[in-house]
Amino acid sequence: MLLIRCPYCEEDRPEIEFSYGGEAHIARPLNPDELSDEQWAEYLFIRSNRRGLHHERWLHAHGCARFFNALRDTVSDKFEMTYKMGEPRAQVKK
Amino acid sequence: MKYSALSLLTNAFSGHKKWPLQWPDATPKKSYDVIIVGGGGHGLGAAYYLAKKHGITNVAVIEKGWLGGGNTGRNTTIIRSNYLYDESARIYDHAVDLWDGLSQEINYNVMFSKRGVLMLAHSVHDVQSFQRHIHANRLNGVDNRWLSTEEAKAFCPPLNISKDARYPILGAALQQRAGTARHDSVAWGYARAAAALGVDIIQNCAVTGIKRGPDGAVKGVETERGFIGTKKIGVSAAGNSSVIMEMAGLRFPLESYPLQALVSEPVKPVMPCVVMSNSVHAYISQSDKGELVIGAGTDQYVSYSQRGALHIIEETLASICEIFPLFKRMRMLRSWGGVVDVTPDRSPILGKTPVSGLYVNCGWGTGGFKATPGAADLLAHTIAKDEPHPINVPYNLERFTGGRLIDEAAAAAVAH
Ligand SMILES: Cc1cc2nc3c(=O)[nH]c(=O)nc-3n(C[C@H](O)[C@H](O)[C@H](O)COP(=O)(O)OP(=O)(O)OC[C@H]3O[C@@H](n4cnc5c(N)ncnc54)[C@H](O)[C@@H]3O)c2cc1C
Ligand SMILES: [Zn+2]
Repeated sequence: MLLIRCPYCEEDRPEIEFSYGGEAHIARPLNPDELSDEQWAEYLFIRSNRRGLHHERWLHAHGCARFFNALRDTVSDKFEMTYKMGEPRAQVKK
Repeated sequence: MKYSALSLLTNAFSGHKKWPLQWPDATPKKSYDVIIVGGGGHGLGAAYYLAKKHGITNVAVIEKGWLGGGNTGRNTTIIRSNYLYDESARIYDHAVDLWDGLSQEINYNVMFSKRGVLMLAHSVHDVQSFQRHIHANRLNGVDNRWLSTEEAKAFCPPLNISKDARYPILGAALQQRAGTARHDSVAWGYARAAAALGVDIIQNCAVTGIKRGPDGAVKGVETERGFIGTKKIGVSAAGNSSVIMEMAGLRFPLESYPLQALVSEPVKPVMPCVVMSNSVHAYISQSDKGELVIGAGTDQYVSYSQRGALHIIEETLASICEIFPLFKRMRMLRSWGGVVDVTPDRSPILGKTPVSGLYVNCGWGTGGFKATPGAADLLAHTIAKDEPHPINVPYNLERFTGGRLIDEAAAAAVAH
């Protein structure tokens, strides 16, 4: 089970308190009626599915009930960092 | 060499120490007509059908680890075809048709056992959804029928059908021609049969890049053992498919999740069939060795770690103990995880790609073992003819742009 640090509660808590919210930083289009089919497919279905450092959302469902973002290595499952909604996308160190 | 009762007998006299190698460990040639990336059942099978049905024998299968070390060797081996949609009926039933004669076809015992798959309905919603599947299946000529609670109990005596059970059983859908097969044998059998027809099997050699020419068409693959040229690449890399497609500059509608399974200590025969309970994410059968083979639902996050969390299998075992109280004192021996490539509609992607010479068979997610011979046959066809077989036409990548999804996800609530 993953140990996840909620940036709002500022505590490491077990995974069962959280639910996964998919890839992070995918913004809902502001101009839906102008989008082409390709752009809709990209928004709805295409994901980076990164093998390595992955930006993703988590919800502290059984805690503060807030969404936050995380950067996690999908090979080791280790969290590099978690950060609050609205904070800039975490930089991936090369 | 051909396996037979006679070869078994003659080898008994030498203490079974003189069996020849099943396939040679090939060193890569400079180039091939076709390169298959991924030495699981699907990839090895595709190589076999390329050689056998299409006469294309200058083929290499390139595997980064050992044969069947991916999901082929990690799955719970449930084979069935009672999916909802017409497209699914055709692709899964095609596979079950091929499972039927597979041991004879490749002269290797894959132990396909049609012991029946029972899917339990625990709620009115389940009952309605299964009945709908049964009717749709009947229209498509796919075996599937309804059993009452008592009939389900008669078919599978260990079931707890008490009305007070936490997961009451309101009935079940039974596909009698469904069952299980021996996973390793599928990989080894196809490898042996393909190698006998001239296919090179290259293990411990990860593909690290895809090289394309100025016109965009593929020219070959970069591997840990150097560049290998080819004009046609078939990718069958399960959980790592999107990683390989990215090597060709393609972004795919795939996410890779951990999926776990576990086995108990071996006991005498007690489970006559496969039982699946989608709504509580528990799947169980008994192997010929006597172990209870139990599958769980996926973990919730994207991962390539080939392991998952204990709380997932704990929940599955809690459900199993509710449905089969007599297993409460069984001890579990081993648990493990695989990486499953899941599409938004839980149906596979099998066909051509926007890159000329690059073909893909992926997105089988949590349920592609059952499809092994079928997917392999269709991938081989698509590569050989440079166009999809009518059965896999609907499984194109463009459906995610055009919107013509094959939404088994919505139909089943979970896929397996
Ligand atoms: C726990 C679990 C239970 C399951 N239960 C069932 C079930 O009951 N019924 C069912 O129908 N399905 C089930 N599945 C799904 C099923 O196992 C898969 O859909 C199916 O086996 C996929 O076959 P494959 O040959 O495509 O993949 P794999 O056997 O995974 O083969 C892909 C191969 O590609 C190789 N590869 C990856 N990257 C590279 C690279 N860069 N270079 C070279 N090679 C590479 C991998 O090492 C791997 O061997 C289950 C899966 C899991 C994990
Ligand atoms: Zn919190």
